[in-house]
Amino acid sequence: MFPKPIEKQPRAAQISYQAMLPVALLLWLGPLLAVALFSIKPEADFTNANYWGLPSSFEGARNYGQVFFNSDMPRYLLNSFLITVPTVIGAVALSCMTGFALGIYKFKSNLWIFFMFVAGNFVPFQILMVPVRDLTLDLGLYNTKTGLVLFHIAFQTGFCTLFMRNFIRALPFELIEAARVEGISEWRIFWYVVLPLMKPAIAALSVLIFTFIWNDYFWAVVLTQGAESQPVTAGITSFNAQFRAAYHLMSAGSIVAALPPVAMFFLMQKHFIAGLTLGAVK
Amino acid sequence: MHSMFKRTAAALAASVALAAPVSAELTGELRIFLDTSNPAPRATMEAMIERFAAQHPGLEIETTVIDREAYKTQIRNFLTADTPDVATWYAANRMKPYVEAGLFEDVSDLWAEPEIAENLASTKGAMTIDGKQWGVPYTYYQWGVYYRKDIFDELGLSEPTTWEEELANCQKIVDSGRACYTIGTKFLWTAGGWFDYLNMRTNGFDFHQQLANGEVSWEDDRVKQTFANWKQLIDMGAFIDNHQTYSWQEALPFMVQGDAAAYLMGNFAVAPLREAGLTDDQLDFYQFVAINPDVELAEDAPTDTFHIPANASNKEAAREFLRFVVSADEQTEINNGKNLGQLPVNAKSSVDDDKFLQEGFKMLSTNSPGGVAQFWDRDAPAEMAKVSMEGFQEFMVKPDNLDSILAKLERARQRIYDN
Amino acid sequence: MTAVDVTEHESWFHRNQQRIAPWLFLAPGVLFFMVYVIIPVFQSFNLSLYEWDGLGAAEYVGMRNYEDLYWEWVDRDAFYVSLKNNLIWLIMYLLAIPAGLFIALFLNQTVWGIRLYKSLFFFPFVISQVVVGLVFTWFYDPTFGLLNELLGLVGLGPLNVLGDERFVTYGIIFAGLWPQTAYCMILYLTGLNAVDPEQIEAGRLDGAKGGRMLWHIILPQLRPATFIAFVVTIIGALRSFDLISIMTQGGPFGSSRVLAYYMFEVALSEYGFRMGYGAAIAVILFLIMLCFIAYFLWSMYREEKGH
Repeated sequence: MFPKPIEKQPRAAQISYQAMLPVALLLWLGPLLAVALFSIKPEADFTNANYWGLPSSFEGARNYGQVFFNSDMPRYLLNSFLITVPTVIGAVALSCMTGFALGIYKFKSNLWIFFMFVAGNFVPFQILMVPVRDLTLDLGLYNTKTGLVLFHIAFQTGFCTLFMRNFIRALPFELIEAARVEGISEWRIFWYVVLPLMKPAIAALSVLIFTFIWNDYFWAVVLTQGAESQPVTAGITSFNAQFRAAYHLMSAGSIVAALPPVAMFFLMQKHFIAGLTLGAVK
Repeated sequence: MHSMFKRTAAALAASVALAAPVSAELTGELRIFLDTSNPAPRATMEAMIERFAAQHPGLEIETTVIDREAYKTQIRNFLTADTPDVATWYAANRMKPYVEAGLFEDVSDLWAEPEIAENLASTKGAMTIDGKQWGVPYTYYQWGVYYRKDIFDELGLSEPTTWEEELANCQKIVDSGRACYTIGTKFLWTAGGWFDYLNMRTNGFDFHQQLANGEVSWEDDRVKQTFANWKQLIDMGAFIDNHQTYSWQEALPFMVQGDAAAYLMGNFAVAPLREAGLTDDQLDFYQFVAINPDVELAEDAPTDTFHIPANASNKEAAREFLRFVVSADEQTEINNGKNLGQLPVNAKSSVDDDKFLQEGFKMLSTNSPGGVAQFWDRDAPAEMAKVSMEGFQEFMVKPDNLDSILAKLERARQRIYDN
Repeated sequence: MTAVDVTEHESWFHRNQQRIAPWLFLAPGVLFFMVYVIIPVFQSFNLSLYEWDGLGAAEYVGMRNYEDLYWEWVDRDAFYVSLKNNLIWLIMYLLAIPAGLFIALFLNQTVWGIRLYKSLFFFPFVISQVVVGLVFTWFYDPTFGLLNELLGLVGLGPLNVLGDERFVTYGIIFAGLWPQTAYCMILYLTGLNAVDPEQIEAGRLDGAKGGRMLWHIILPQLRPATFIAFVVTIIGALRSFDLISIMTQGGPFGSSRVLAYYMFEVALSEYGFRMGYGAAIAVILFLIMLCFIAYFLWSMYREEKGH
């Protein structure tokens, strides 16, 4: 193990390490803790310039109540779910198939198609902006959740294919050959042999895509407007316009907006990290 | 209060008589898009539409309210696809892209009707492009200096009317440890307001419009004189620090807390200032001072408007709605202090008793001989507005960069008006 | 007759199953990807040769948009500023890699509760950039920001980071580094887990310690992690849009623009009506990215052939 395990160091080093950990964490999360502090302060603290002192009264319940019952925030959150979940399902489904095709079969253009997905995945969004917006307008899907979902599925297929294909490559190929010898059709091999083995990859990818899509801001701004379709990342700017300079509410709103992916991360940590770090080790 | 009631009643009677003959025959669907997303204006508009609906029971009215900021980009889409019959927007150059793209209906016929021709004459210019009118106004509001009367009293100051008085006042305010003016330029347009006034006062309304139309060089000596006047204020520390990081709302507390004595703003600033706790004894208004005695006073009074999209399906009903909106009694009603709290566009309407509205109305109708401008970002084309307001912001932070800023604006002018 | 056809068809399908199957599996994904990603790239190239306000008809102007960009470059206008800031982003953002490695080394221990520490250190990455932007906007706020409170303690400041054209880009990048460092950290933590303990022992026997050990024995083994960290950091740097949009809208006076934001501003923002010009900016951004894409694909290609 590197660096040298702390247990093998002198006692003083051990203690100072243990003491440094929380301090470092506090520094690291400082800006975020500040926002958390803001979100439980009463409005009076801001007008009295008591920004950093203790809250003069605990108003967490009231502030968060405002966010949930007196703003469009619940609607934005719902929109975010209605955009994120179908995207995850769609992108994972499509990429299971593309990943299977590119990972199992040998044909001439295999590598080129694979590279197309990889390259497309790295493209700057901005070059797609105007054409995709026009396409969405032409389809009559501008300012709808469907329009956003369709684009997200398409774009995420690039990354997901890269991920799935590499995962399938690492599966034991003998299983598939054995199935073929028994005359099982290719579709059934995909469904009954390969798909069950892909469960960890599907889980990892789902958590990752959930976070990516939840946090998307650019496309939300380009393809949607208004509370009926905007996800929470874009909604928070309207929310902030509504409560301009009401820092206690803006802080509470931000924390609410950030919470679902954070919860997802803590619940599915293993899958999440497995997904992110695929390829980081050989 | 009493006189207002009388006036309202009279106006009401007059327009009921007018509106009666046309009602009843309209049918079909009327779709209205509004950008009045703040709670008070929203309720006002919805109530107004209900009154219109009551007159036209055969009409099925559908109202959509869109967030004011989102509306500004969304309008490009709904004018081409899924088009409403009536939509709100802004006057002057701000409507030009849509007029040029053929997306707004020519409503010159409405403006030929005596009712509108006579009573809305003052706003006709702002609605005209290429000799035709493309919509009707429904409200406007004055700009000017809102100031802390208690601070002025404390320092023994009175409302200035000349540039020398203005500078002298400001010096005293600065000496008392305050800024003369609060401002938040993060979203740029507030600096546009300052430029409007300084340039109109230095060079006059006509020159200002020529500049907005790209007919004068930004490196002209007259433009430089405007900035030289501005620099006097900047150099003496008239504006709050760090204004480039604040929005106009975030700049309000400086005035509320007494760190700044005044705010050059539109009348919409009154409501949040009152909400923040300033009483009408503490808050007062004066017209922006004269600078060059040889030019006539001209004011900013942005006008908000209704339009019929060219692709609308029920244009007959839409025209009727526009007539209704500008009628004298509706104008009195929607602009009163409980509703929009702004100025009515119909000369026969009455202005609310609110002291700021009264003062603004008096100023615009009797003391603005030079003309009425819409506001910099509505008078200049969008691109020029953007790049120039960025220049104004830079100038306010770094006044010494003036030459390079003006050179940049001049390059932009040559490109933008070229085609 | 039909029955025979069907069986013949089936058998043909059966015989050629392995040739056809991949295409059937690929069809939906490739179709989607073509329509929404590949074709739009070419459409943007085409659009960049037109002048179009997004409302009326587009007018062909040849290379005019690129000429205008060239003059903006010469005159040091918005395009120059954006490109310069993009370069700063590219370089500064790479600091996430050593910073991530540093934190990973710091946390790569097995004391009590370390798993929770690792999670908490990582979790800025899961927060949306919009929220990160807001958090740091308040952190830098000139009236009440934590930064000025801290600077005040050591007798410095006050500083208006986001209002000063000299600091603003660095201020935003710093905010961006926060989640990006967390990402690199997790990559390195995973990489460190897989480092071969025997090699470390061998190194120790050879007397290698600290920096030398890191440089000669650990880092070579962390190469895959470094590669991925490099890829995601470069992409993140060139895509930087959210933070700028939230924190400054490109200001003050346009000094924190990057190409990605400038493009949006020109084409779709409140005062933007120049779709063709925006497309031209996007094409430039794409060409810059293409250098990196080509490099990534090339290294992947080498790896594939090596298999």
